[in-house]
Amino acid sequence: MNNLLIWPVIMPLIAGLIFILFRNHIRLQRIISLIVMVLVSGISIIIIGQIKNNGIQTLQLGGWQAPYGIGLVGDMFSMLLVLTSSIVSLCCLLFSFKTIGQGREKHYFYSLFLFLITGVNGSFLTGDLFNLYVFFEILLLASYVLVSLGGGKLQLRETMKYVIINVLSSAFFLIGIAYIYSLTGTLNLAHISVRIAEAGQDGFITTVALLFLLVFGIKAGLFLFYWLPGSYQVPPAAISALFAALLTKVGIYAIIRMFTLVFYHEPEITHTMIGVLAALTMILGGIGAIGYWDISRILTYNVIIGSGFILAGLATFTSFGLLGTVYYLVHDMITKALIFLIAGVIIYLTGTRNIKEMSGLIRNHPYLGWMFFIAALALIGIPPLSGFIGKVFITRGSFEAEYYWLGAIGLITSLMILYSLMKIFMNVFWGETILSEDEEKGSTKGLILPLVLLTALTIALGIGPEWIHSYVEIAVDGLMDPEVYIEAVFAGNDIP
Amino acid sequence: METLMAIVIGILFTIGTYLILTNQMLRIILGLSLISHAINLMIMVMGGLKQGGPPLLTEKLHTFTDAIPQALILTAIVINFAVTAFLLVLSYRTYKKHGTADMNKLRGNEHE
Repeated sequence: MNNLLIWPVIMPLIAGLIFILFRNHIRLQRIISLIVMVLVSGISIIIIGQIKNNGIQTLQLGGWQAPYGIGLVGDMFSMLLVLTSSIVSLCCLLFSFKTIGQGREKHYFYSLFLFLITGVNGSFLTGDLFNLYVFFEILLLASYVLVSLGGGKLQLRETMKYVIINVLSSAFFLIGIAYIYSLTGTLNLAHISVRIAEAGQDGFITTVALLFLLVFGIKAGLFLFYWLPGSYQVPPAAISALFAALLTKVGIYAIIRMFTLVFYHEPEITHTMIGVLAALTMILGGIGAIGYWDISRILTYNVIIGSGFILAGLATFTSFGLLGTVYYLVHDMITKALIFLIAGVIIYLTGTRNIKEMSGLIRNHPYLGWMFFIAALALIGIPPLSGFIGKVFITRGSFEAEYYWLGAIGLITSLMILYSLMKIFMNVFWGETILSEDEEKGSTKGLILPLVLLTALTIALGIGPEWIHSYVEIAVDGLMDPEVYIEAVFAGNDIP
Repeated sequence: METLMAIVIGILFTIGTYLILTNQMLRIILGLSLISHAINLMIMVMGGLKQGGPPLLTEKLHTFTDAIPQALILTAIVINFAVTAFLLVLSYRTYKKHGTADMNKLRGNEHE
C-alpha cells in the first residue's frame, strides 16, 4: 500500500475543478497548473525510486483487498510513462502560456488540460479494466473539448468525426468488458490474467483479445487511423503537441498492458496480428508523410508511423523487442512533442502551413532550425540521439523472433521519415530568406524555453541511455513475466 | 429469458448500425445511443439474469443477483449521457457553421 500513487491522478483533478470556480484569474491558474505538473513529476520520480528498491507499488482504494476493490498499480513501465508524460505536458503548458490566447484561457483551457492529464495518468496507473474505461472516457471528453475549443469551422468538422469514431470504439470497449466479465467473472487485470492462465486461452478469449486490439488500435492510431490526421492538425500547436505526445500513447500503453499481462498465451495469433497491423500502419503512414506539403499533415502522419513502430516491438514479444518498445515510447513522447511545438512556432511565424510558401527561416532563427534538425535526426534514429537505441533494440528483437519483414519495413519507413522531415527542413529553413524579421506574423519570444528543455532531454536520452537502462530493464522484466505484477497486486493473499 | 434478451440486443444493434451508416448527423447520434443502450443490456445479461433477492447478506437468501454489472451500467449510462449531450451540442454548432447536416458534405478533402 502506497498512498503516493493516487497523487498523480487526483492532484490535476482537484486543481482543474478549482479553476472552474476562478474562471477569470488567469495568472493564478497558470501558476497553479505549473506547480501541479512539477509536483506530479517529482512524485513520479519518488515512486520510481521506491519501485526500484521495493518492487511494484500498489494502492487498494478504500482498503478493499484485490480482487474485490479497485486498485492502482504502479509498476516501472507505467511510472516511466507517467514521468515522461508529466515532463512533456509541463513543456506544452509553458508553450501554451504565450500562444493559446485569452479566449481559450477564459474558457477553461487549464481545467481541460489538467483533466486530460488526470485521464492519462489514471489510465497508466489503474489495475482494473473498467476503471481503465472510465479514465479513457475522462481523457477523451477533455480531448473532445480541447479539439473543438475555439469553434472554428474546420475544428467543428473534424471534432465531429473524432467524437463519433471514439464513441463507437468506447462502445466496443464496453462490449469487450462485458465478455471478459462473463468469461472470467472479474475485472481486476491481475485476476483476469490468473483466471485465463488457469482456464487456458481458448478461441473465444482470443476473439475477445482481438476485439480489445481493435478498440485500443483505434485510440492508438494503429491501422484504423483515418480520423487522426484531421483532428490533430486543427487545434493550436500546444494542444496538438500534447495530443501527439500523449493520446495515442495511452492506446499503445493499453495494448502493451493487455497483451503482456492478460492475452499472452496465443502469440502466434494475437501478436502476429499486431505485427501485421503495425507493418501496414508504418507503410500507410509513410506514404502519407511523403505525399503532403502541409507541415502539420506531414507531422501527424509521423505520429502514425511512430505508433506502428512501437507496436512492432511488442509484436516480436522478445525481451529485446520490448526493451526497444519502452525506450522508443519514452523517446517518441518527448520528440513528437518537440517537433509539433517547433512546427507550431514555424506556422506562428510564417502564417501558413504550406511548406512551399516558406523559405530561409534559419537566417533569422538559427536556434529553431537546429532544434528542428536535432528532433528530425532523433525521430529517424541517428546516433547519438534518443531514437537510436529504441530502433536498434526493436530491429534486433524482430530479427530474433524471425519477423524479418517487420524489421525491414521498420527500417524502410525510417527512410520515409528521413525524406519527409528533410523535405520540411530544406523548404522551411534553407533557401532565400523571404520573410524579414519585421514581416513575421509572430515572435518567438518566450517560446524557446520549452523547446530547449525538450531538446536537452532528447540529447540526454540519446547520450546517456545507461542512466535509465536499469529502470527500463526492470520495466521489461515486469512485462515479460506477468507473475511479478500478479504477486504485487495480491500481496500474498489467497487468489479466489 | 437470456435468449429473448439476446434477440432484443441484436435488434438494437441492427437498428443502431443502420442509423450510423446513414449520412444525417442526428441519425448517427441516435444510432450511437441505441448501440450504447444495447451494450448496457448486454452487460446485464452477461452477469446472468438470476432469479433471486438483492445481494444483501442475510441467512434466508441463497440466490442473489450479481450487483457488479448494475454498477458498471450505472457508470456507463452517466458517461454516455455526458458524451451524448456534448455530441448534440457539437452537431448543432457544426450545423450552424457549415449550414448542412450531411456528413458527406463534411468530408473536406478537396479544398485543403
